Amino acid sequence: MSAAPAAPPVDSAEPPAAIAAVRLLGSRTATLCLLELAKLRHDRTELYTRAVQPALWLLVFGETFTRIHAITTPGGLPYLDYLAPGIMAQSALFIAIFYGIQLIWERDFGILTKLLATPTPRVALVAGKAFAAGVRALSQVVVVLVLASVLGVRFLWSPPRLLGAGAAVLLGSAFFASLSMTIAGVVRSRDRLMGIGQAITMPLFFASNALYPTAVMPPWVQAITHVNPLSYEVNALRWLLLGLPGNPALDFAALLGAATAGIAAASLLLGRLAS
Amino acid sequence: MVVPLSRPAVAARGLVCEFGPVRAVDDLSFEVAEGEVFGLLGPNGAGKTTVIRVVTTLLKPAAGTMRVFGLDTRRSTMRVRRLIGYLPQQLSIDGQLTGYENTWLFARLYDVPRRERRGRVEEALAQVGLDGVAGRLASTYSGGMVRRLELAQALVSRPRLLVLDEPSIGLDPLARRSLWERVLGLRDELDMTVLLTTHYMDEAERLCDRVGLLLDGRLRAIGRPRELEAPLGPGATMEDVFRAYASDGSDEDKGGLRDVRSTRRTARRLG
Repeated sequence: MSAAPAAPPVDSAEPPAAIAAVRLLGSRTATLCLLELAKLRHDRTELYTRAVQPALWLLVFGETFTRIHAITTPGGLPYLDYLAPGIMAQSALFIAIFYGIQLIWERDFGILTKLLATPTPRVALVAGKAFAAGVRALSQVVVVLVLASVLGVRFLWSPPRLLGAGAAVLLGSAFFASLSMTIAGVVRSRDRLMGIGQAITMPLFFASNALYPTAVMPPWVQAITHVNPLSYEVNALRWLLLGLPGNPALDFAALLGAATAGIAAASLLLGRLAS
Repeated sequence: MVVPLSRPAVAARGLVCEFGPVRAVDDLSFEVAEGEVFGLLGPNGAGKTTVIRVVTTLLKPAAGTMRVFGLDTRRSTMRVRRLIGYLPQQLSIDGQLTGYENTWLFARLYDVPRRERRGRVEEALAQVGLDGVAGRLASTYSGGMVRRLELAQALVSRPRLLVLDEPSIGLDPLARRSLWERVLGLRDELDMTVLLTTHYMDEAERLCDRVGLLLDGRLRAIGRPRELEAPLGPGATMEDVFRAYASDGSDEDKGGLRDVRSTRRTARRLG
């Protein structure tokens, strides 16, 4: 016979609230990220099927535009090299932007209710899910990185740069996943979220510097690229992986700010989604 | 300091819950003693799940208080959550993860210390008889196994209060019986309090120490099943008690479409 359950301590000595909150946030985020990796380990189908689209972008669009020299790149860089970080960011975007659908699915099957009944603040739950989307996106980005290398793109293979690129993808994906979860909190239905996701994905992609430098864009599109977090993610990736000139402090600050704002907004709407 | 053991496990006082113009729970007061199996009975839409949502801190009442081991569910949300193991009405496991991973998730979410975690997960899975299939994806489990896995998730934190919302819905008679034998066995073994909702009257009669009959958000009767049956004459059952109090005799108009959908969805998933 097992021992009777001990009553959990209620007023025991606890670390300061801020430290405890950060620890909790880190613990929950790590938990949900580890489970996302476990899901990827159990079923790698998505990893392969999702590689098709970026492969086409690199092989068809990238190779073609490299040959016709239609787009002037900084420092005369081959267009395929310039494009590769943009396709990495795009792959991550396409995964993260539909993450809210999973949240609605979890709501429909009672999983969200049960998670909300655990000692997990909503912000920690949303942050965990946002970065779990980042982990899934990162696995996809690794596939694109390998593919682009095979096609001859010359990346800077230094561990700190690769780690930095991983951080940029995680932050960018966390923003887009939390944007998706925010929309989920507003529309509360899978069909509506799917429609909105499809409506905003391509504009987000085209109104960024993923495909071509902002200098060749009309001024109103340039204005959009400046407020589009995808542009900062692509800038950071180009600086880290290709060594192109950039402002990494600004890029990471923008990504961190966007991810924080996105997680805060999604947390506020999580109760509405669950009710 | 630890939570005093002499307080009731659950104490509702003048509880009111409203959804817009609809009063789902109306001036509800009841207590559940520690170690008791208490059943909230009632038709669809009676307010059972709303009460469960208040107990589990998912819903704040419009008026009144709900205390769990003396802690106010509105003010001490996180402390209350740490005392509760919860099985929602719908199936709530992740089919893309194994049984072990599903249980491990809840060990992490309840901050089971790292050095104890593996042992506690294995213990919880063994308690529900899933230790032999813990490495299999949960999507390959039968309906009864899924419910037992959910029970393992709820037990891994060693809760003092187990909250079960319509736990046997959609299960075949054998799986229902097996689930209840396990719940009662674990209640005795772990000295837990169990708060459950059901609309299976026979189940309530056999399993609950006391029941509360909820109709239109109000508590119409409370007591031991035999105490409630006695005034209706020899041979009376909880079914008769239910009919006696539910004067309209039908629950067809009660419960929202969402309630019905949820029930059907769960039944479908359980096959």
